[in-house]
Amino acid sequence: MKRQTLTSTLLRPQFAALAAVMFINWLLFPGFFTITWQDGRFFGSLIDVLNRGAPVAILAIGVTAVIATKGVDLSVGAVMAISGAVAAVMVSTGTPATIAIPIALLAGLVCGFWNGVLVTYLDIQPIIATLVLMVAGRGLAQLITEGSIVTFSDPLLSYIGTGALLGLPMPVVIALVLMIVTTLAVRRTALGLLIEAVGVNRSAARFAGISSRLLLLLVYSFAGFCAAIAGLIVAGDIRGADANNAGLWLELDAILAVVLGGTSLLGGRFSIPMSVVGALIIQAMNTGILISGFSPQFNLVVKSGVIILILVLQSPQAGQWISRRFVPTTPPAKRSAE
Amino acid sequence: MFTIKKLALAAGIGALLSTAAYADGLSGKVIGFSQIGSESGWRAAETSVTRAEAERLGVDLKFADAQQKQENQIKALRGFIAQGVEAILIAPVVSTGWEEVLTEAKDAGIPVVLLDRGIDAPEDLYLTSVASDQVKEGRVAGEWLVGTVGDKECKVVELQGTVGSSPAINRKQGFEEGIAAATNVSIIRSQTGDFTRSKGKEVMEGFLKAEGGGAGICAVYAHNDDMAVGAIQAIKDAGLKPGSDILVVSIDAVPDIFAAMVAGEANATVELTPNMAGPAFEALDAFLNAGTLPEKFIITESKLYTPSDDPQGEYDRRKGLGY
Repeated sequence: MKRQTLTSTLLRPQFAALAAVMFINWLLFPGFFTITWQDGRFFGSLIDVLNRGAPVAILAIGVTAVIATKGVDLSVGAVMAISGAVAAVMVSTGTPATIAIPIALLAGLVCGFWNGVLVTYLDIQPIIATLVLMVAGRGLAQLITEGSIVTFSDPLLSYIGTGALLGLPMPVVIALVLMIVTTLAVRRTALGLLIEAVGVNRSAARFAGISSRLLLLLVYSFAGFCAAIAGLIVAGDIRGADANNAGLWLELDAILAVVLGGTSLLGGRFSIPMSVVGALIIQAMNTGILISGFSPQFNLVVKSGVIILILVLQSPQAGQWISRRFVPTTPPAKRSAE
Repeated sequence: MFTIKKLALAAGIGALLSTAAYADGLSGKVIGFSQIGSESGWRAAETSVTRAEAERLGVDLKFADAQQKQENQIKALRGFIAQGVEAILIAPVVSTGWEEVLTEAKDAGIPVVLLDRGIDAPEDLYLTSVASDQVKEGRVAGEWLVGTVGDKECKVVELQGTVGSSPAINRKQGFEEGIAAATNVSIIRSQTGDFTRSKGKEVMEGFLKAEGGGAGICAVYAHNDDMAVGAIQAIKDAGLKPGSDILVVSIDAVPDIFAAMVAGEANATVELTPNMAGPAFEALDAFLNAGTLPEKFIITESKLYTPSDDPQGEYDRRKGLGY
């Protein structure tokens, strides 16, 4: 694999989009980039973008791997609700968080494994297989919480959602660590290549000697595990598990983040850091809408407008048109491998 | 809307007068109750309060959970009619499509009382409807704020419910009416928090940043208590004291807002009572035993609770209701 230069990476349309969204935020609210130090942590709108974007970024890390295998996982939002519900019910009935948290993560892993079994052994199309858990999972979470919001005051569990490490909010730290570890795992080993191979052509990959079933089970389980982490963060954030609303529609945000990051829904080539950037674009937009003072009736219209614009700019056709129109005769010296 | 407003006062007085007038009048009577389901904590509380009220009055309550489906409710109503119940309570899941089954009930001579939601059907098909006035809830919250800040300048941020939902529209309108007369109180920012804690917290974080760390905000008005609970956490995270630096007023009166009041972090909440069945049973009592026709629209009280109303006691009283 060819090593990309930093410049060419930063010239990707995703970074341009993120910069543009943040620039618009700054125009709407001049204090957007102001970061202050308060109560032992950084404090500011930019930190909010990272902090609020972390759950979707974590979901997107897991979903990227699934999408790279030409699958999709619609259940991650419901799995968030399940893991939050498991952890909250356990700590509120006196179980120590050191036991409740691993069990909640295990619950997510089991949910993901279930999806994997449906996809590999029963050969159900991923969108249907995970739709089952998307609907049933939320019901399961409601059963666990008995339909009410289960609140808790456990310090460790709320630390996951609201704590800070080295001045950064804990969700940001978790997302960052997960992103680095996952990226290393797929790029410093053959794992990424195997995932891409299965995504491009599952039969061909199997004939080439790749155990595609095992790989798919692993990838779906990992997505469930990521969702469980996100669920713990969201529950810890409000010190309560809200089975009706935790993670609601976030699976769609996660898929959008993956697509904004440039991974094709048809499987194959993928990039986990770029999916995280995609999640940040979405959150920068959400935060921008909140601080802009627009009437809430405009929220979805503004959001969809910006997303359409970004996706159009990312399309190969638009890229060609732009380079034909704006850089026809004098190619800038900086443009290298792109 | 005008009819509702006009009738609100009369209904309130009527409800007060009829209290205990026909003691034990419903004892032993069989009454069917078709509930929507249990989509929210409030709904669960309504169910348990209805059961408790029925038990208190000695009513033999037949309960049917429709799991958010109108067809189940229609089936349940037909079942009640076949059983020959003496009255039917129904919390209708949707507003249309009730004429046929209500006509069947009317032909069987069974009075029907609608709980907490209205329907689009001729008024003679049901005895009465018991519901809250969402505009009034907002107005009570607004008037409390105006009365509390006096003539001090007060900039309010508003956490709206889900865009386009009727409680969000009505509670916003009511609050604006409540503060309309006070020129010193104004809404400076308004965004939707989708009635959830986490969105309430996220939106409040944004408001605090946008208003100079919260220095310019005097009060937060949330369309439900859950968003207020989220906002309280955001205010604390910003290093301010909710309840004193920023006043917190919301609607619903769920247990957790009373817990926040005990901690001094919330200032007022307007109750959306889960006791819709109480006035309904009173109306049925009067109708079945004395033939008195009740008002067509009974409006429940929108009671204001502040930290001086024994929040600990309210919390304990409500905790077991299933919120």
